[in-house]
Order: sequence, then C-alpha cells, then structure tokens
Amino acid sequence: MSKIGNKIKNLNKFTLTNIKAYSIVIIAFIILFPLNSRGMISNSMSGLLVPICTYIVMAISLNLTVGFLGELSLGHAGFMSVGAFVGVIAASCFQDIIVSDVLRLIVSIIFGGFFAGIAGFIIGIPVLRLRGDYLAIVTLAFGEIIKNIINCLYVGIDAAGLHMGMTSIEALGMTNGRIIINGPQGAVGITKLSSFTAGVILILFTLFVVLNLVNSKTGRAVTAIRDNAIAAESVGIGITRYKLTAFIVSAVLAGMAGALYAMNFSSIVAKKFDFNTSILILVFVVLGGMGNIVGSIIATAVLYILPELLREFSDYRMLIYAIVLILVMLITNSEKTKQIKEQILLKLSRNKNKQRQEE
Amino acid sequence: MAKMIPVPSNSIIPERDLDKKPILETCHLGIDFGGLTAVDDFTLTVGRTEIAGLIGPNGAGKTTVFNLLTNVYQPTRGTIMLDGVSTAKKTVAQVSRMGIARTFQNIRLFSNMSVIDNVKVGLHNSIDQSLFSAITHCFGYRKSEKKSREEALELLDFFSMADWADFQAGSLPYGAQRRLEIVRALATHPGIILLDEPAAGMNPSETAELMDNIRKIRDTFHIAVMLIEHDMNLVMNICEGICVLDHGKVIAKGTPDEIKTNPKVIEAYLGKKKEA
Ligand SMILES: Nc1ncnc2c1ncn2[C@@H]1O[C@H](COP(=O)(O)OP(=O)(O)OP(=O)(O)O)[C@@H](O)[C@H]1O
Ligand SMILES: [Mg+2]
Repeated sequence: MSKIGNKIKNLNKFTLTNIKAYSIVIIAFIILFPLNSRGMISNSMSGLLVPICTYIVMAISLNLTVGFLGELSLGHAGFMSVGAFVGVIAASCFQDIIVSDVLRLIVSIIFGGFFAGIAGFIIGIPVLRLRGDYLAIVTLAFGEIIKNIINCLYVGIDAAGLHMGMTSIEALGMTNGRIIINGPQGAVGITKLSSFTAGVILILFTLFVVLNLVNSKTGRAVTAIRDNAIAAESVGIGITRYKLTAFIVSAVLAGMAGALYAMNFSSIVAKKFDFNTSILILVFVVLGGMGNIVGSIIATAVLYILPELLREFSDYRMLIYAIVLILVMLITNSEKTKQIKEQILLKLSRNKNKQRQEE
Repeated sequence: MAKMIPVPSNSIIPERDLDKKPILETCHLGIDFGGLTAVDDFTLTVGRTEIAGLIGPNGAGKTTVFNLLTNVYQPTRGTIMLDGVSTAKKTVAQVSRMGIARTFQNIRLFSNMSVIDNVKVGLHNSIDQSLFSAITHCFGYRKSEKKSREEALELLDFFSMADWADFQAGSLPYGAQRRLEIVRALATHPGIILLDEPAAGMNPSETAELMDNIRKIRDTFHIAVMLIEHDMNLVMNICEGICVLDHGKVIAKGTPDEIKTNPKVIEAYLGKKKEA
C-alpha cells in the first residue's frame, strides 16, 4: 500500500485550498485597507482597487465555466455589461426610496446579478444541449450584441417612472427627468457607491459560492461531466441541467461584478465590456490555472497591476508585460515546475517527520 | 409458493427466478448503421439474479447491444423492457435511473477526480441535496455529504478499495481502475449491471479476484449481471446462461455446457480462435 501510496496522487487537500483562497483575500485587505484610508497608496493605484476586485470576481466566476465545467466562454464581459447597466438603472431607480448607500449598492448588485443570470439562462438553454464548442461562438456573439444594444439604448427616469427607447433621449418624452443611459455615451451621472471594502466582500461572497458549489453534489456532477460526459450520463446525471446550473451561477457572479464595477465611476460606456475584456479575463483564468481558484486570484491581481507598475518603463511596457505573461504561464502550468513543487513539498514533510522523530 | 408464470421461452436459463418478472427483456432488437446491420433480431430475457454472458468474435456486435440496452443508440427495430417498463424514448440518464448500470470496454472514469468522488457521482441520484444547500453548505448539506461519504466508503470497502479513497482515480493501477468502474456503476443502485470486458488486461490472479467479485455482487446486492468477455475460462465458470453473437445475430443460447458443445459456436467462435 505505502509503495503505491507514494506514486498515486492524494487529492485530499480541498480544505487547504479553501483556507488558502480566503486567507489571501483577507490578508490583502488587512494590509491594503489602512494604507489606502491613510492615503499611503498613490492615486492611480488606489483607483485600481475596485477594478481589481471586480476582475478577480470575473476570473473566479469564469473559472467555474472554463475550469470546472470545461466549456469555453468568450463573452464573459457581456454578462458583466448586463450587470453593470442593470445595476446602474436599479441604483438610479432606488435613489429616493433606499436612502442608505450600502443598502442601495447591495440591491443594485443583486439586480445586476439577477438579470445577468437571466441572460445566461437564455443563452445556455439552447446552446448547452449541443455537444461541441458552440458555447464559445454563441457567447462571443452575445458579448458583441449586448455591446451594440446598449450603445443605442436610452434610459431615463422622471416622476412618471422609468422610460426606455432606442432612438434618442428626446424621444423618451420625459418631463425634467434624469438621464441614466444616454446611447453611445453610456451610463452617465452615476453615484459612486462602490468601495474597496464592498469589492473585497464581493470576492469573499464569490469564493463562498464557487468553493461550496465545487464541493457538493452539484459540483461533482459538473466536474464529472467535464471529465467524461458519456460516463456521467451513464450514471444518471442530466448533462444539460448541470451545465446550465454552472453556467448561470457563473453569469450571475459576473453580473454582480459588473454592477460593482460600474458604480465605481461617474460614467461608463458599453465599449468597456467588449471582446478584449472577455479575452483578458480568460487570460487571467488560463494563466492562473484551469480549476485553480487561488491561481485566478493571484494571476488577476498581478496582471492587472503590472501595466500600472510598468508605466515608468513606458517604451518597454508591453514587452515586459508579454515576458511576464509567458513566465507566469510556464510557472503555473508546466509539468516540470509541478514536479519541482512536489519534490520541495516532499522534502519539507520529510524534514518535519525527522524533527518529530528527533523530538 | 412460486406462482405459475409461463416460462419465457427466450430465457437463457428458464429455471431461475421463476416466481419473479425478468429484470430485462428484449424483443427482436436490431440496429443498422447506414447499410451495415450491426445487431439483428436480438431477443433475450435475463432473470432477476442471473449471471449472463454475452460472447462472440471481435466485431460481432456485443458492445453495440450494451449501447442499445442503455439507450446510447436508438434501436432501428424492436423493444427493450427494463423491469417491465419500456425504455423507448428515454435519455441515457433516465434509463440509468430506471435501474441499468454499465462499465465501458475502454475505461471511462472521472480520472481527475478522487476515487471516492467517482463513487459519489455514482450515488448522485440517491443524494438528497438541493442546489441551495450545495451553495450554502447548510440546510442538510453536512448530513447528506456524511451519508454519501459513508455509503461510498462502504461500497469501496466491499471491493477492498477504501484505502485509496482520496487518491486520484486516473493514477490508480489498471486493474483497480476497472474495479472502480464497477463500484461506480453499483453505486447507482441498479437492478442489472452490464460489464463490458471486465477482465481485459488483467493478470490471472486479478481475473480470479474479479470472478469472486462478480459472484459477490450478485449474492450481496441480489441483482443481475450481464457480461461481455473474451476470457472463456471466466465465462464458462461464472455465467449461468450464455448468449453467443456472430455478425450481429444470436447463434446460440444456453448453459455453459450446452454452449461448449454447440457445433455452430465452435465453428463461429472457438474455431476462429484456434486459427488465430
Ligand atoms: N456508431 C457506429 N457507427 C457505425 N458502425 C458502428 C458503430 N458502432 C459499432 N459499429 C459497427 O458495429 C459492429 C459491431 O461493433 P461492436 O463494437 O459492437 O463489436 P464487439 O462485439 O463489441 O467487438 P469487440 O469484441 O472488438 O469489442 C462493428 O462492425 C462496428 O464497426
Ligand atoms: Mg466491444
């Protein structure tokens, strides 16, 4: 047994990953929060805190689709976009009803997540029935379509309620109301409700949902489908149902991140959530490691800050960025480094055993 | 006590399980792939606690029969009754829930998951856990996880694999992977389990152990076993009824002794083997 035991991989490390993920986020918060509130972080860096939080949520949620479900999604920013603009509309609608900023932010984030979830459902229902990489194509189209729709969407609010149209603000026929979304100019006059604290709480919430889901009956079904769909079906798992569940949860979380993101700025345009953004998030996930939540967090944080840090090197910025990308990929994903890591771990545990024996 | 039920004439061994409905009945089952008739006129009855063998030369259509029984393929002709219920127009997952489980000729494990998680996936439909309790890890989550872990360990222990519970399934030795596939299939609480070449690639001692295990499955879980196998020693030793397939057609049915002496079988199967 012991001989084979050495060769066979022991997978009983699920609690360890969970602890690692939560503690990284909490420790980062404990360090950064006082620095930020005392103004010890440069302005440009401080402005990145909320976006980093949202992109971490985006990466974790995309990892659920790509890493655990094994389906390629190229339109994750589309769900972020739905969440962002629905969130802004909700915040605007509740401006007079809900006085507390925190509560209004929470309600808007919930609205954003809910509508992104509906979008995920509408896309997922027909596409996830099919076998093959159809999801990649359809999500790609979805991202672009959402961008174009919002680009010519006009939303305003006045005493009579919410007005929506696709032609112009004047066509809404509002009487001294407030403009919420002004076509190509995007959402304007947003009240800044987001904060670093809210971002960290949303990350913790996302971790809670994703890590719990992965370690449950549903999560096992999802991973089983990824590993071998035919076998999963043969033990009585409804493939479409579980694919859809994972995809919708992923969309809801992206929508929530979108709402948080939008309410960090005074205005936001739909172009912000285009194909490039989707790919950027996918890069974070791939470089952090498929199905590796801690990896997603670290990769996002590092790769999002990096261009900012490299500003001094202006000319060589993209060059260094590319080199770092390659290095991260080599370090996180190659067999060799995995072997080295295992050897180090083995040595460490041996040393510990020795120490114990000596004691 | 036995009720007088007319003996189904298709039964391989009519004297078994007379007092109960058969677990599996197929009637003139057939499938064509384009112009090729892979299986034709396949009529068979398997009793509730029978160990049945399905043999035949390579390409005879044995795996295709399993794929038909589990609705992976829709039959071109004929019907399948599982425990008295027709499986027509059911999905693969639904048929599994109706009580048929299987293993695959080329192992299909969830190789990136742990051994115990493979079994827990098999237990999927008997785990009472809502999506809400899965996300919150409250409201009965702990209870349902504990129950499924216990049941999975019990099943693994039954095949002396409990010590490997937390290892990655794909890194197990070959023989153990085949065994794990059987455990996973049993976890679905089937009425009949289909084993596609369970002894393939095993050494003699592993094969002997497998034979014990197959008998143990039937005697402990009181279910039917149907197996495809090229190892004649295994088939003749543990099968109570054997069905021989050649070119998609049933050429003989009967007890091991009848099959051994059947001239058609010797010609189609054993004869060919000697040539090879
Ligand atoms: N999906 C398919 N499409 C076309 N032909 C198929 C398909 N599945 C099986 N066949 C054909 O049906 C015939 C029977 O194949 P099958 O796999 O059932 O044989 P088998 O008895 O299991 O053989 P072996 O002992 O080699 O496993 C073969 O000629 C095969 O090419
Ligand atoms: Mg076969």
